[in-house]
Amino acid sequence: MLAHALVFYFFAFVTITSSLMVISSKNTVHAVFFLILDFVSISCLFIMMGAEYLGMLTLIVYVGAVAVLFLFVVMMLNVNFKNVRAGFLSYVPFGALIGLVILTEIGMMIGTWKYKDVFIKTSEIKINTNVSNTEAIGNVLYTDFLHYFQISGLILLVAMIGAILLTFRQKENLKRQDITKQVSRERNESVSLEEVNSFKGVKLND
Amino acid sequence: MIDITLGHYLFLAAIIFTIGIVGIFLNRKNVIVLLMSIELILISVNINLVAFSVYLQDIVGQVFTMFVLTVAAGEAAIGLAILVSFFRNKGSIHVEDINTLKG
Repeated sequence: MLAHALVFYFFAFVTITSSLMVISSKNTVHAVFFLILDFVSISCLFIMMGAEYLGMLTLIVYVGAVAVLFLFVVMMLNVNFKNVRAGFLSYVPFGALIGLVILTEIGMMIGTWKYKDVFIKTSEIKINTNVSNTEAIGNVLYTDFLHYFQISGLILLVAMIGAILLTFRQKENLKRQDITKQVSRERNESVSLEEVNSFKGVKLND
Repeated sequence: MIDITLGHYLFLAAIIFTIGIVGIFLNRKNVIVLLMSIELILISVNINLVAFSVYLQDIVGQVFTMFVLTVAAGEAAIGLAILVSFFRNKGSIHVEDINTLKG
């Protein structure tokens, strides 16, 4: 039990420190790396809680996709990050005040809330302890939550199309194949039969 | 202190949520860090969902976390695409410069 508590406090400390570094580090590339550290320690916490599948999924989705996307954008945009930091300190008092108020409110809510035995449940699917976490999720994800699963796939499709459409740039002076123009070509547009007189040649209008 | 209960995870999620909110207030000039703060907020919600799922022995919370993960990935992709096209047009990522839609 002591080891469990120590490991929890360690990962919680790493998580909180790295999230503080994300919002306050001078270099945005460092902020992205601290975000990766944050995600890794949070996925370790998920595994500690017994949600192994979600821990691995957090690693794959957040570290493998989202953080790398952030890193690409930070390195692609040629931004002068010195000007970006200007006026940072002037927002500290207001931000700290808002943060303190929100933390106090949530803390009061958690601290005074008694864990009720009687929850009003809309649906309940008990965790089957005989199978692994991945199998338990898979059993409900493709049966009870099939429509939600497909809708989330559609959300990803729309996001993909939107991202491509937003960043796509049509280059000018670029020869492209126009299939409609190609197949709608008529014979008389491209081939003509000319009567050639001797010693006079023929003038082609090109 | 020794027994790690649901409250510990809820407090951790609350602290990360607050850090995300403060990050939005602090980084008024850098949209990239602002998007990262939104990711922090989303992952704190994920911690809450997983903690309650384990506490109540109910798998639905973990399934829902997957959907939050999906939305977070889509949101990051769209947000960064908007950011890239904004940077092409304006040449900066300051939040103050995003004011052409104010009418």
